[in-house]
Amino acid sequence: MELKIKYLLQIADNAMIIGHRLSEWCGHGPILEQDIAMTNIALDHLGLARNLYQYCARLEGGGKTEDDYPYKRDVRKWRNLLLCEQDNGDFGKTITRQFLYDTFNLQFLTALQDSHDEHLAAIAAKSLKETTYHLQYSGDWMIRLGDGTEESHDRIQKSVNDLWMYADESFLESEADRWALNEKIGVDLNALKLPTQNNRTEILKEATLQIPESGWTQQGGKEGKHSEQLGYILSDLQFLQRAYPNSVW
Amino acid sequence: MKNWPLWEIFVRSKQGLSHKHVGSLHAADAEMAMQNARDVYTRRMEGVSIWVVESVHVTASDPDEKESMFDPANDKVYRHPTFYDVPDGVTHI
Repeated sequence: MELKIKYLLQIADNAMIIGHRLSEWCGHGPILEQDIAMTNIALDHLGLARNLYQYCARLEGGGKTEDDYPYKRDVRKWRNLLLCEQDNGDFGKTITRQFLYDTFNLQFLTALQDSHDEHLAAIAAKSLKETTYHLQYSGDWMIRLGDGTEESHDRIQKSVNDLWMYADESFLESEADRWALNEKIGVDLNALKLPTQNNRTEILKEATLQIPESGWTQQGGKEGKHSEQLGYILSDLQFLQRAYPNSVW
Repeated sequence: MKNWPLWEIFVRSKQGLSHKHVGSLHAADAEMAMQNARDVYTRRMEGVSIWVVESVHVTASDPDEKESMFDPANDKVYRHPTFYDVPDGVTHI
């Protein structure tokens, strides 16, 4: 049970944190239409996170609620990928982060539909439709900015270079990943690597961007070892519950 | 971004037979206009089909010519099919 919760939290925390990052654009988007687009996508991620937190609360019992996971866990208990917590930077950096995540997530959710856990399979099927659109959005913007002006090209190339060391953490198996695969609940991450990378290569080429050489991959997120970025997110996200415990609407 | 053209957005609802004008937005090209329209105008399940038309391609009637354009239709009541009984079972009227 403990490993199952850890596995579900890996998926839920990715959605929660990358969704929170996108929501930080609310009211700050480059134009109104993109502001709405990004917050719209943020809500899709939040929806997935809620479904999974609710499921965790049900499995764990003991009066747990979906809110306990996002609001009452300290940083070392979070299991999201380091990629998801990286700061928004400029619009291009946000797009690059989303693109790297969406390319992985599309393959991941596709495979997760075959989970022997029916509830999890159903959640994956619902979210896959949303993710297909997320990748269309982030992929189109990669191409527009990469194949755009000299400035947009240089700036997004820098973001690709900067974030590349976080791109492949998703394929590194945690203990929970291995357990879930063995139980036929989870996904074989190794099998996702090639299609994900092919998809990335195809779009980066069309965007006239250089694909960085693969080198050191940052890791630790799935085991609760995070970059300083997550601390800033949590101090914002959890402030109210920390300062005024158990306050409600 | 200041140079992005304006687009007129038309959405057909699930029950609707025709696309209705819902508003306008800025986008660099038709593809982006379509994505923006999806996010701005259909996120609350308003529609199942979207048309985008660049605003410069719309020819609009001149408000100053309103009287000559539309007033003559005012007193032509015989143009309305109100003198017929509509049989039961005829839909979409």
